[in-house]
Amino acid sequence: MTRILANRVRVWLLGGLMAAAFVFSAPLATTAEAQSKDPIKVGFSMALSGALAGGGQQSLVAIQLWAEDMNKKGGLLGRPVELVFYDDQTNPKNVPGIYSKLLDIDKVDLIVSGYGTNLIAPAMPIAIEREMTFMGLFGMNANAKWEYEKYFSILPAGPDPAVGFSEVWFQAVQKKFQPKTIAVIAADAEFAQNLKEGAVRNAKAFGMEIVYEENYNPKTPDFTPILRAANAKKPDAIYIASYPNGSAGLVRALAEVGTDAKAVGGGMVGLQFAGIMAGLGPMLNGIANYDFFVPEPTMNLYPGASDLIDRYQAKVKAENLKVDALGYYLVPWAYANVDILGQAVQAVGSLDQDAIADYIRDNEFTSVVGKVKFGKNGEWDRPRTLVVQYQDITNNDLSQFSKAGTRKIMLPADISTGELQPFNDLRK
Amino acid sequence: MAIFIDLLLNALVIGILLGGFYAALSIGLSITFGLLDVVNIAHPTLLILGAFIAFFLNSTWGIDPVLAGLIATPLFFAIGWVIYQIYYNAFEKSGAESLRGLAFFFGLLFIIEVGLIIQFGVDHRLVEAWYIGESANIVIGSEIDVAIPYRLLVAFVVAVAATLAIQVYLTRTFFGRAVRAVAQDMMALRLMGVDPIKVKRIAFAMGVATAGIGGALMIIVLPIEPSVGRLYIGNVFAIVVLGGLGSISGTLLAAIIIGIAESIVATFFGPSWSPAVSFGILLAVLALRPEGLFGKTAGAH
Repeated sequence: MTRILANRVRVWLLGGLMAAAFVFSAPLATTAEAQSKDPIKVGFSMALSGALAGGGQQSLVAIQLWAEDMNKKGGLLGRPVELVFYDDQTNPKNVPGIYSKLLDIDKVDLIVSGYGTNLIAPAMPIAIEREMTFMGLFGMNANAKWEYEKYFSILPAGPDPAVGFSEVWFQAVQKKFQPKTIAVIAADAEFAQNLKEGAVRNAKAFGMEIVYEENYNPKTPDFTPILRAANAKKPDAIYIASYPNGSAGLVRALAEVGTDAKAVGGGMVGLQFAGIMAGLGPMLNGIANYDFFVPEPTMNLYPGASDLIDRYQAKVKAENLKVDALGYYLVPWAYANVDILGQAVQAVGSLDQDAIADYIRDNEFTSVVGKVKFGKNGEWDRPRTLVVQYQDITNNDLSQFSKAGTRKIMLPADISTGELQPFNDLRK
Repeated sequence: MAIFIDLLLNALVIGILLGGFYAALSIGLSITFGLLDVVNIAHPTLLILGAFIAFFLNSTWGIDPVLAGLIATPLFFAIGWVIYQIYYNAFEKSGAESLRGLAFFFGLLFIIEVGLIIQFGVDHRLVEAWYIGESANIVIGSEIDVAIPYRLLVAFVVAVAATLAIQVYLTRTFFGRAVRAVAQDMMALRLMGVDPIKVKRIAFAMGVATAGIGGALMIIVLPIEPSVGRLYIGNVFAIVVLGGLGSISGTLLAAIIIGIAESIVATFFGPSWSPAVSFGILLAVLALRPEGLFGKTAGAH
């Protein structure tokens, strides 16, 4: 009897393990509308779990909204759009296998990247080998080493993204505080290292002396020793290139240890995510960071983006999706990533990868992120990064971040909604 | 010089507090892996489950995270009880625990993680409490200012209290001695009329129960998302091995040594060296003392 029970338990356990394996490996294919038996398949990996899943999940919903829109309009080239995607678990090691499978087994017609530099870089060799046009979502200088002519980046950081991404932050800080010294803290990860490289070049160009420059391990649980060490060098400004865990940890360390630096922030990924913004609340006050879309009244660069975000938020609410409730950070960009590819396919009238790439390279596009023209290495021909400063955050209520006033735009000047304040002036 | 002393004192204080936090993550594994020889690789994910329960209680009813952890602890005791019963019936009983048992805990890890993603989503979660984002400052003279972040202090105090309670329980009570006996010689215990499986079941449940409070401390110290537990699998096993398998107080001391080493290295030599130094210490200690800092040698048994 006991043996029978044990065998049953084993069977259940094996079943459980197989279910888990299925969840982690099964293709999450979706057919928006079964209009035809011959859909155009768009394949990609996406961070649906792991450290970047907060961005990956909202990107996926945005891409699904695009597929819905396309299919309502009759699809691409008269064929329905089908998405084929896999969870890369924010693990670069999973990415090459996913793209090989997408191309060899799922036989997708088009590919776009997952979210983030760390997960774009490992897909590049596959895209190059198969000569596929490859759209990259928020890749920081991901094509610098490859110079692949069919790569196109959705990141408004300009033709030299490592420099262009942070340049506007340095402009804002230089104009207001004229700092002589700066500390640079960066995560030991592809994106942050590229960003740091650009920040160091900008610091030198603006005549700032780098008094502290260190990388930290992404597993670091507490950042007070790092901040202490940086503070000991008495920097006038602190530039941080971090991923979500580090961003939240450094903001807490700033609340606990403090700093005399006048400007703090720069390239902190994650501070735009709803969960982290709500969790940190007033601790964010004074941080001056990059952003791409914030609910400020002057934010008119991107016609259609607000409507898209409204649709995203309604979908999240109606379907009770466990994703970022606001979607400001990635939704317009993830949508544009596939939208521009779709526009090129329609214009070319075929799935010929060379023709699609030529068309994207030679034309200007209008999408939910405004007018887009690609330049060298498939990067944007000009930067359009915002510098925002967190101000007037009084509590941990998420709804305040969907209203104007909590992330005021410092630069670009023509859409500015506030003036950069010294970091400590905005602390309690 | 004053700046150096200021940095050193701060690094030492943070290191000790960080060590307490690491101990809170490792102490349960010290029981299940160190004493009972069950490779519970799902322990960090159980901690994340504890963290999410603390998050749920904190965000829904405003319950203090530490109190939430204490509330969750009996639940985790029950979870541990059930896990061990399944593990024993399916694997340990037939002597198939080594590889299949490991696969079982891997499977458990994935199931818990997917369950958390389904229930809570993938966003990073933080809790609110008066002691998060605040610190006490001890000012000595004009140039030395030691900041003690309350969130690390709370984690340290709770971790040390839990460690001491477990240590006293295991050394001063009859059942505690039975647990230590089962770790040394199960057959001898059986010959003396004690059911070693019952003892192991309760001890395993105790180990898992620490994930309730440990998880709450985790979300007090850092933001949590469902997969973050995987990052700490190596660290918690390293601390248990460094302390000496089966030594509860050794685990605490090993955690504090790692905490201080990481903090001092991060302060004076750069944070990117911290993991190398931690695992370097582990390698050096194991080369000189394979049983760990406070583990008993084979002859001592």
